[in-house]
Amino acid sequence: MNVDRRDVLKGFGVAAAGAVVAGVLPDAASAHGSEEEGVAAPPVSDRVRQWAMVIDLRRCDGCAGLAVPPQCTQACNWSRLVPDGQQWIEVYEPESGHLPSAGSHFLPAPCMQCQNAPCVNVCPVGATFHSPEGVVRIDQERCIGCRLCMAACPYDRRFFNWGEPLQIPDAAAAPYDVETQVPAIEGTVMKCDFCTDRTRAGGMPACVEACPRHAIYIGDLEEGIATNGAEMVEMRELLIQDGVQRYKEDLGTEPRVYYIPGHGELAGLDDAAMANGHHEAPSATFMKDSLEWPWENIQSYLASLPAAEGGTAP
Amino acid sequence: MSAEAPTRPADIEDVTLAPLARPSKAFRLFATGLLVVIGLGIYAYSIQLRRGLSVTGMATTQDKVMWGLYITNFVFFIGISHAGTLISAILRLSHAGWRTPITRMAEFITVVALAVGVLFPIFDLGRPDRMLNVLRFGRWPSPILWDFFAIATYFVGSVMYLYLPMIPDLATCRDRLAGVVSRQREHMYRALSLGWKGTPKQRRSLASAIGLMCIIIIPVAITVHTVVSWIFAMTLRTGWNTAIFGIYFVGGAIFSGIATLIVVMAVLRRIYRLEDFITDRHFVNLGYLLAVFALVMMYFNISEFVTAGYKLEGSEPVYLGQIFTGSFAPLYWFYVVAGLIVPILLVTVRRTRHVRGIVTAAVLVDVAMWLERYIIVVASLKVPQMPYASPARYFPSWIEIAISLSALAFFALMIAVFTRFLPVMAMWEVREHATDTVTTEPIPSRVPSPEVIPS
Repeated sequence: MNVDRRDVLKGFGVAAAGAVVAGVLPDAASAHGSEEEGVAAPPVSDRVRQWAMVIDLRRCDGCAGLAVPPQCTQACNWSRLVPDGQQWIEVYEPESGHLPSAGSHFLPAPCMQCQNAPCVNVCPVGATFHSPEGVVRIDQERCIGCRLCMAACPYDRRFFNWGEPLQIPDAAAAPYDVETQVPAIEGTVMKCDFCTDRTRAGGMPACVEACPRHAIYIGDLEEGIATNGAEMVEMRELLIQDGVQRYKEDLGTEPRVYYIPGHGELAGLDDAAMANGHHEAPSATFMKDSLEWPWENIQSYLASLPAAEGGTAP
Repeated sequence: MSAEAPTRPADIEDVTLAPLARPSKAFRLFATGLLVVIGLGIYAYSIQLRRGLSVTGMATTQDKVMWGLYITNFVFFIGISHAGTLISAILRLSHAGWRTPITRMAEFITVVALAVGVLFPIFDLGRPDRMLNVLRFGRWPSPILWDFFAIATYFVGSVMYLYLPMIPDLATCRDRLAGVVSRQREHMYRALSLGWKGTPKQRRSLASAIGLMCIIIIPVAITVHTVVSWIFAMTLRTGWNTAIFGIYFVGGAIFSGIATLIVVMAVLRRIYRLEDFITDRHFVNLGYLLAVFALVMMYFNISEFVTAGYKLEGSEPVYLGQIFTGSFAPLYWFYVVAGLIVPILLVTVRRTRHVRGIVTAAVLVDVAMWLERYIIVVASLKVPQMPYASPARYFPSWIEIAISLSALAFFALMIAVFTRFLPVMAMWEVREHATDTVTTEPIPSRVPSPEVIPS
């Protein structure tokens, strides 16, 4: 089942339409206070979205074939204002099996949003917790910076602001938002948050949107649909693929990120260019080291502007 | 009380009360030196407060080695706190008469080591300003909460256990130091001795209180270090994820605790001229205990490494590789050779079984146990959990080193201050067991129990 991307957004947009219905039904409206997100418009029904990701490793070539750094990470860095050096979604390049010349494959790793999350279990102050949508959140205004959650995370998916994080003035001055983790706060932990502010608004996480190979699906386990930005599919269609697994399944952490095994063999094959018989060189190098965090450049640019106040540069 | 005739060349009261009356020049010099080191640490911490944990070596490890020297010191100091209370309580319960001149020192070490140890999680916090969130929002599923309450309980218990047997001695201070020390000190001794007169009723109450505290403090002490280990063992990390950690930490704690007691004993004996009371026999007896715990540690290490090394599950080859032959090998083999084997030899070979040999063994054990704590904390964190190529490198910054050294100085200074204002030996207990301390053979059966103190 392939659906147009517009339908996907419509699908997620049902929430907005339903809000109107809920408005005329007092019971439904009152039953739904604002969730932990503190949004103005209450959700449509009693159904709470259960976000999950499916990453199709058959399509992921770490963007090596495109000769660019992994675009999921790059888009995440920019759009989530990720502090210098942190990679909330990081593309690893593990060896494929132990046979000689088996080569390697690419493994994009966002926060796994474990349902039995070791980080949530060990937090002494309840600063990291599950949202009703199954996303692990961090309240950086409560976090004491003990880093036990980082020690507990088996996926290295938590990052610490060791010093005052470099950020653009607008972000630094913004009122703190637990959902977007802006502004970044010194001495606290940060991580991938599944961009729930974007998905609620009918959009997609930055990494899903940016993936040029459409390898990442964001889905709702409750409704059973998922999208990679190019098509909308039933969740079960993805999850019944051979060998679908969650990373380190045997640890019992119950992640919300699923992987369809592969080694990038389908990367770019559904592009229009591919249909015309063009094929990118598979030997291109993985450019993870060229990832950028623009904050320093932005700051020095802003500093170079003659008049800081009022923005009236001559 | 003080009317009792001295049974040995030096009178216990004269010797014990001398440093309380007037500080020696050496004491002032020593304390000043320690204050300088502490000042350096305070300066380093002020930099860390200003610039955050970015000034530590941990910040350069791409979030991989998120704990380093501070947590190592935390485990180490909480460990040596076992010197006191546990050793003193066990010796008291087993009616080991030779314990009497050393129990007070051991109990000082406990209280001071705990006070120093709890500073390190605070040094390690990214947001020390939010420290009290642990009380405001504390949640029981977190091992940090367990730690907080276990250590707090142990601290209160240890202070009580230090204080109770000191009451008769404080009364002696009150009586004998009147007019010798400052007014405030006189008031302090008077208030703290709670009107002790040594009446039969008072003695009975004290004996039962001490007896009760002995029994309560042992499970509390064991709990504390078990719970400290659970900070690590409650994670899924290779090296930490093992059931042996609780007892392993308790064993290591007692081991390093005995070693610290021997070192402190040697220093205080020299400074305060306690040779008549703290004899070779005390060193030899504690040396034997040290050797026994070296064997216990060997047993734990073998149990741990053989069960993991036989199967080599998951990342175990990486973990064991870096310990046995990799970047931690020099530290680990130092621990094995200088921290376990050499101390056993020093204690068991007759030629080296003297004070100097045993103190050497104790110093080696303390250094080795610190290294072993460091390996526990850092080696596991360096095992890659994700498929990345090069493992993280951690080297502590000068800030971390300065703060650690100043904590050691603070430890020494607190011991010095304690012994400057409070009697360093349990005078009344030494007196009760007077016949025992001059003999060289243990005579457990003749020693009256502390619960039955003759009046």
